[in-house]
Amino acid sequence: MKPKVVQYLDKGEFPLSEGEALALYRAMRRARFFDEKALTLQRQGRLGVYAPFMGQEAAQVGVALALGEKDFVVPSYRESAMLLTRGLPIHTLLLYWRAHPAGWGFPEGVRAVNPYIPIATQIPQAVGLALAGRYRGEDWVVATSIGDGGTSEGDFHEGLNFAAVFDAPVVFLVQNNQYAISVPRAKQMRVDYIARRAEGYGMPGVVVDGNDALAVYLEAKKAVERARKGEGPTLLEALTYRLAPHTTSDDPSRYRTREEEEAWRAKDPLLRLRKALEARGLWDEERERGLLAELEAEFARELALADSAREPRPEEIVEHVYAAMGPDQRRAWEALRQGKHVEEVW
Amino acid sequence: MVTEKARVLNLVQAINEALDLALARDERVLVFGEDVGRLGGVFRVTEGLQAKYGERRVFDTPLAESGILGLAIGLAMGGMRPVAEIQFAGFLYPALDQILSHLGRWRHRSRGRVGLPVVVRAPYGGGVHTPEQHADSPEALLCHTPGVKVVIPSSPERAKGLLLSAIEDEDPVFFLEAIKLYRGSRAEVPEGYYTLPLGRARVVREGGAATLIGYGGMVEVMLEAAEVAAKEGVEVMVVDLETLVPLDEETLLWAVRETGRAVVVYEAMRTGGFGAEIAARIAEGAIDHLQAPVVRVAGYDAPYPPFSAIEHHYRPSARRVLAALRRVLTH
Repeated sequence: MKPKVVQYLDKGEFPLSEGEALALYRAMRRARFFDEKALTLQRQGRLGVYAPFMGQEAAQVGVALALGEKDFVVPSYRESAMLLTRGLPIHTLLLYWRAHPAGWGFPEGVRAVNPYIPIATQIPQAVGLALAGRYRGEDWVVATSIGDGGTSEGDFHEGLNFAAVFDAPVVFLVQNNQYAISVPRAKQMRVDYIARRAEGYGMPGVVVDGNDALAVYLEAKKAVERARKGEGPTLLEALTYRLAPHTTSDDPSRYRTREEEEAWRAKDPLLRLRKALEARGLWDEERERGLLAELEAEFARELALADSAREPRPEEIVEHVYAAMGPDQRRAWEALRQGKHVEEVW
Repeated sequence: MVTEKARVLNLVQAINEALDLALARDERVLVFGEDVGRLGGVFRVTEGLQAKYGERRVFDTPLAESGILGLAIGLAMGGMRPVAEIQFAGFLYPALDQILSHLGRWRHRSRGRVGLPVVVRAPYGGGVHTPEQHADSPEALLCHTPGVKVVIPSSPERAKGLLLSAIEDEDPVFFLEAIKLYRGSRAEVPEGYYTLPLGRARVVREGGAATLIGYGGMVEVMLEAAEVAAKEGVEVMVVDLETLVPLDEETLLWAVRETGRAVVVYEAMRTGGFGAEIAARIAEGAIDHLQAPVVRVAGYDAPYPPFSAIEHHYRPSARRVLAALRRVLTH
């Protein structure tokens, strides 16, 4: 039997408060704005390799906004929208994608950890972080995110099993964007819906229209509530699509058709929400222009901050390897600081 | 150090005592792994701890090493001090991604924001006729991972103090326990809480003819060889590295300069083993004092043999150490 795909927008349903709906739209618009700017900066050579999330705003923002202040996100590398929504400053994120050390040091108070590059390794770690809250008497919930391809990794299975066994307060978001770089879902696994796997671990699995911000947000809120009440983890599968390449180094025309891309473009989560808001008189062209002007100004300020970041020092290579430098790091640090090649000193 | 009272304990009992003290001292300490709770561990290292501290603080996990390491990382991120057990060091391999990509790297990749005070305990090494894959010595893999520390005690008294230091340490520490020593080594162990510093090698026997360098299960092998040599009138120095990362190069080079001859002993396979690192450091830092090439005594470049009858040919013995000693003395 096909699982029910939770969806509101195309049915004309709108079970949200005005404030929540506008917050969702603003955060999604801001994320999309960042994504477009980041792609431009990358083409100008002002950003390193970048992983765009365009098309997945509803999934990422929907879950991020469903969290409380104390909750954590444990993101993968495509989750820039999630990080921005959790309060990571734009200039920090820009520096991260510039591979500048300052972009790796997230400010205190941002309840998010650095994005994960290896696939699925964040899953068991998110479970540990969630359990730490319980030990410390804090009822924080952890939301962690993974793509469809990532669910084939062993760590995904180990992590979900651990979460279920320990009733860990975790929300597992699978952003099923249809491709693991170039490999489509059907060649990745023999199940049609990843959320089906939830039953095998002993937790609820929910499929949502990942391009419907309302659906993601409301289902994520339920999952967060369940977790906070001690009822354990939830697997939330958001059906969505990555409109852009895997990274700026990728060429999707080798594995996707233009027709398919166009079909998904018609389901753009940002436009869908905007239309729904407009239909209810909550949004219009003027407000859109106002928001864009605001975002433009914010981005300009943040980009200037990123541009003014000091040059990384060579000795930063061996900093923060240990809480206190060992003799080998110390020796290299001195050498790098003096501008000497290590061979001259060692 | 509390030294008023000491009892003779084996390595299992000494480590158990250290875990007991750590659990009692700090609420953030958690002990978990496969079979460590109700059973008390396959070697009984965690015996009695769950009964004493409850299932919340000493617990069994599902059978999944990567999950165990990932869980430990997340717990440490959230402010806990996990002590995870991997049932055998040879079973660390499924968790290598967690170790190489994360455990050793989080502090660096967060620019100091996320430190991981995790201890991973794992029995290692041969000499006790274990089945296939149970006798591996993967310390070189771990030492090749920036951001982790590697400690390998050689006696019950040292193990207790070093483990308590490892648990107090702000960085991840691998604590490898030689299976051969679990019940095979007994020593006086002081009562109460005491720590021994990480990152220091120690001279366990003085002698001027040559220097034997090793760690963990090889220390007693080196001492046995030194004893035999002494009967022939050759006094050799024996150095127990104890902490492989960070390495106490100062003591190592001093000990080699004193004698001018060095034999490095380790039970992992020879190529790329930690003994190769020791030999290289000696070449870089003490070549002018050397009167003979550094000689390694190690396992063969083959998997550790699961065949009881011939296993002792793989694992370095006092006889092989003596043969190496003869080579460096007659060069």
